[in-house]
Amino acid sequence: MNPTHYLMLSALLFGIGAVGVLIRRNAIVVFMSIELMLNAVNLSFVTFARMQGNLDGVIIALFVMVVAAAEVVVGLAIIMSIFRSRRSASVDDANLLKY
Amino acid sequence: MTQALQLAAHLGAAGAGSAVPPEATGVTAIAWLVLVLPAAGALVLMLGGRRLNRIAPILGCLTVVAAFVIAVSIFFATIGAGAGDRVHEIPIWSWMPVQALQVEFGMRIDPLSLTFMLLITGVGSLIHIYSIGYMEHDERRQRFFAYMNLFVAAMLLLVMGNSFVTVYAGWEGVGLASYLLIGFWSHKRVAATAAKKSFVMNRVGDFGFVIGIFIMFAEMGTTSFSGVFANIGTVAQQHPGAVTAMTLFLLLGACAKSGQVPLQAWLPDAMEGPTPVSALIHAATMVTAGVYLITRSADIYNLSGTGQLVVSIVGAVTILVGAIGGCGKDDIKRVLAYSTVSQIGYMFLAAGLGTGVYGLAILHLLTHGFFKAGMFLASGSIMHGMNDQVDMRHYGALAKRMPLTFITMACGYLAIIGFPYLSGFFSKDPIIEAAFAAGGTKGWLLGGAATLGAAITAFYMTRLMIMTFFGEARWKNLTSPDGRAYHPHESGLVMTVPMLILSIGSLGAGAFLASGERLVGWLTPSVGEFAEPHPTLLSAGVITWGNVVLMLVGAGIAYVYFGMRPVPVTQPATRNPVVMLSRAGVGGDAINETLVARPGLWLARTSSYLDARGVDGVVDGVGTAILGLSSWWKGWQNGYVRSYALSMLSGTLLVAVALMVVNFS
Repeated sequence: MNPTHYLMLSALLFGIGAVGVLIRRNAIVVFMSIELMLNAVNLSFVTFARMQGNLDGVIIALFVMVVAAAEVVVGLAIIMSIFRSRRSASVDDANLLKY
Repeated sequence: MTQALQLAAHLGAAGAGSAVPPEATGVTAIAWLVLVLPAAGALVLMLGGRRLNRIAPILGCLTVVAAFVIAVSIFFATIGAGAGDRVHEIPIWSWMPVQALQVEFGMRIDPLSLTFMLLITGVGSLIHIYSIGYMEHDERRQRFFAYMNLFVAAMLLLVMGNSFVTVYAGWEGVGLASYLLIGFWSHKRVAATAAKKSFVMNRVGDFGFVIGIFIMFAEMGTTSFSGVFANIGTVAQQHPGAVTAMTLFLLLGACAKSGQVPLQAWLPDAMEGPTPVSALIHAATMVTAGVYLITRSADIYNLSGTGQLVVSIVGAVTILVGAIGGCGKDDIKRVLAYSTVSQIGYMFLAAGLGTGVYGLAILHLLTHGFFKAGMFLASGSIMHGMNDQVDMRHYGALAKRMPLTFITMACGYLAIIGFPYLSGFFSKDPIIEAAFAAGGTKGWLLGGAATLGAAITAFYMTRLMIMTFFGEARWKNLTSPDGRAYHPHESGLVMTVPMLILSIGSLGAGAFLASGERLVGWLTPSVGEFAEPHPTLLSAGVITWGNVVLMLVGAGIAYVYFGMRPVPVTQPATRNPVVMLSRAGVGGDAINETLVARPGLWLARTSSYLDARGVDGVVDGVGTAILGLSSWWKGWQNGYVRSYALSMLSGTLLVAVALMVVNFS
């Protein structure tokens, strides 16, 4: 098993997530893309932990998951309340906070 | 050793001892009360506000009269003492204890300061009492008396201080009081302007005075009289230039305060103030502060021939400028003001003639204080009875309507023109003799100017008397500018009594003070031994009686011009160069305009241009650039989350690429 393959998969997933954040307007999809990026990074961490032969990367991956879970809770709540007040889940519609 | 002895002898001859004078005892020790009483009166009246209007005149007079009583008792305690025991110091507190700069706040009670204290509080009391009547109908009496008391206090500080810095404090104080009182009727535009003019012109002189004090401190490290006079001899040996600089800068200060050429133009304008102010401040006391300063600094002036020469030239020129200025004016107070300028010129002339004749300057100062204050009060009394009209062309034949005023004015008139055996004769004649005694061309020029000035004085004062008190009653067919007819009447007792007391002074003060060298002998500890001038060019008798003849000629010409012909009620056009010169104020304003106002204006305009185009350009440029940059930059904050994400991604990639380039190259 070659770790390079895992890293390439991770980079691919991260790229898909980044492009998703940039081009999709639906807040839910943007959110899912962010989760994808986070997990792509987790995959890299685990791979590196395996390559180094210690548990540091695995532990960080667990931390990332905790943070991601918290973020989902807060983020989804925000998206819900925006949808309730504006009847839209488009991130481009919520653009009032500007110059 | 010989040199030191000569120096010591010189200082001894110059008067003030080199050692610090003894501390005062007995009644002299409470001399500070003389200063504190009017100051307290000023404070109470200023803080008390209008509710004090009723008691203000009484309070104002009482403080000054009380100060006068104390001054008189100090005088009697001192007069019996020998020449060496007449100088006392009263240390009060350490004012500026800053390493090398040690300024003590203290008082010096010696014959010179006592003489001034008596003049200020004595004439001040009379004028305060007169003001009770003169300001009777004014809404702001409390403020008037507060300012008058402030003036008296500041003037006393000026003459009682024992260091140049203390004198300077009083100097500024009288300047402030003068400003406040000239502009007392500030609703009149001319009064407000005149006040500002006097203040600004006095600043020019204050600047000179301050520089003089700085030089003293730089050269001797002290500013107290005893310290400066003890060390000035050493400075004169090491840096004679510094002594001359001191004398010239002090003279600049004295010129501004005393209305001497080239800073005389403010004094005639100062007549916009109430008449008691003109009498007290702009005739009897404040304007003589310059003479006081020079006489007080006798030990400095004695060591600089140049300084003394400049002082006497300023005096001689001012005698003529003031006298000519008085010839063509129709405003009675302005004529008197120009006459003041001219008479102070005599005092400067005497002070500049140096060792031995300082006493004559003070003698003329005292007699002038009496007769000029009397004449100003008389002119105030005329204005009081003539709807505040000051134009003499509206007067005429007032002698019968205002007999007491006429007597006062006549006494002052006879005194000022030097009528034999009246005050002015005894004080002016020795000055003219002393001027001739200077010898050579200098003697001829100074003496000639003084003699000519005396003749012109007789001319313009006779003109004033004839236009005011004799001739036709021109006021019968005229009305004052506010449309009221004139009903000339004599003023009340509260005004006439002080006038009459002053007129006794105009008649007798000269004889009293001059006989047996009473005054000049008394002043010896302050200004040095009096030396009778011995004119070599002409004999004293020729000068004295020649002056009397010239005085009669001047008066006769005035009688021919104004007594034998009717006086026009409006100012006639003239081609007479002297009258034109006089109406133009003898170029006083032109000098100001050319020397100070125009260059100042030019400087201000250039600075303003540089400020608007240079400094403001840079400041505004920076502001505009930042504004433009930020309005372009704020466009990035567009509210679209995805564009923020893109910039974050780009930034991250940039950092990553940079790291890679650094790590792998």
